Amino acid sequence: MIEEQLGRWVASWCAGAIGVANSLRLSGGASQETWSFDIMHPDGLIGAILRRAPPGYGASPTRAAGLDAEATLMQLAHDAGLPSPRVMHVLTPQDELGTGFIMQRVEGETIARKILRDAQFAKARPILARQLGKVAAGIHSLPASKLPKLRQMTATKEIADVEREYRSFGWPRPVFELALRWLRERDPGPSDEVTLVHGDFRHGNLIIGPDGVRAVLDWELAHLGDPMEDLGWICVNSWRFGEIDKPVGGFGSREELFAGYEAAGRRVDPDRVMFWEVMGTLRWGVMCCGMMQRFRSGPEHSVERAMIGRRSSETEIDLLRLLVPRA
Amino acid sequence: MQDEPTPEELIKAVADFLRNDIAPVISGHNAFKLRVSINALDLVTRQLALEEGSNTAEAERLSRLLGKQGSLTELNRTLADRIAKGELDLQTPGLADHLWQTTMDKLAVDQPNYASYKRELESKR
Repeated sequence: MIEEQLGRWVASWCAGAIGVANSLRLSGGASQETWSFDIMHPDGLIGAILRRAPPGYGASPTRAAGLDAEATLMQLAHDAGLPSPRVMHVLTPQDELGTGFIMQRVEGETIARKILRDAQFAKARPILARQLGKVAAGIHSLPASKLPKLRQMTATKEIADVEREYRSFGWPRPVFELALRWLRERDPGPSDEVTLVHGDFRHGNLIIGPDGVRAVLDWELAHLGDPMEDLGWICVNSWRFGEIDKPVGGFGSREELFAGYEAAGRRVDPDRVMFWEVMGTLRWGVMCCGMMQRFRSGPEHSVERAMIGRRSSETEIDLLRLLVPRA
Repeated sequence: MQDEPTPEELIKAVADFLRNDIAPVISGHNAFKLRVSINALDLVTRQLALEEGSNTAEAERLSRLLGKQGSLTELNRTLADRIAKGELDLQTPGLADHLWQTTMDKLAVDQPNYASYKRELESKR
């Protein structure tokens, strides 16, 4: 059915296209869907991705940038020469597909365990941290005047946000309390420079090929704020997938990440990066608890959701390793 | 008194059946969901075996630390509250050790293969 809908207007945004085929639902909950499909064209098949909220699911959660903003950011990144898919079409009412956009499909891998272990990525792994430093610097350098409207965050607001969410669960977690105290006592205040922050710069949202990073995806959590947040988030232990001695995604060192960032003409503040790493570890722990709540209250009553609730203790041991390391 | 087999034995038997006989013949997204389901049963088995001992020890540590008695949930609420208010912190004797021990006991049930946990177990030896 989605193929028929996509095929009806495909020629209006892809000149010469005669239809679509091979549609495949990739992921997403009820409110957001990702589809892969091929555009049939006399020159051959063109790989494409549809990201959309179906009709009737327009409203985004408070932290989400919205699909229109995501499309704008992705196109801006692409135009600036950053690894990013080209946006082919932003959905209009005529499409009858809801809100969202269609982008070029970039071939490569997003699954961390494969990126960290498969032989085909052996040459990519040693260069990734430095590459991603450069990419982050590029994102943080995108011109403010061209950005869509985004929420503005500070460390203070982020602490309050994560605390409010944690308290809403009504379940005591002494380690989270300790982390909240630590963060409040070390709140670095507003950043001297406020830039675009990707907000979810980590495994799963990066397409990696044997040659290195090919695309940055998923701008859903993009906002304006402290650029050091992106560098701290990619160092969170939850994204190391067992390779705990390589802080950047399980493949590289902070020094390599920072060197790539500074080579692109931007400055790193390592204390702020550490603040955001602790913040990110706590935030992921609270997100795990939140998924458990959604399991319990009904809408996503799956065993996967339930089991993610039992992963919040992973962030507790990581917080203790950061805040109270044992001799 | 309920008869044998015990819940531990029953759950382990079901998990082993799913793991050895069903998992090999299932593919796609259901194979992933089956693997998560088997993990859940294994977690329950570990909790049934370990919870009683770790809860008793945790309650004793909390009573000492807080100077009061109560259910494990009440004691944890009090601890959370006092840390939030700054009445207890990392200078408080026994707090860091308590948080470490409690967290290690949680990981032993939740994710005994988590790399940070395995590293801490090794370094303790």
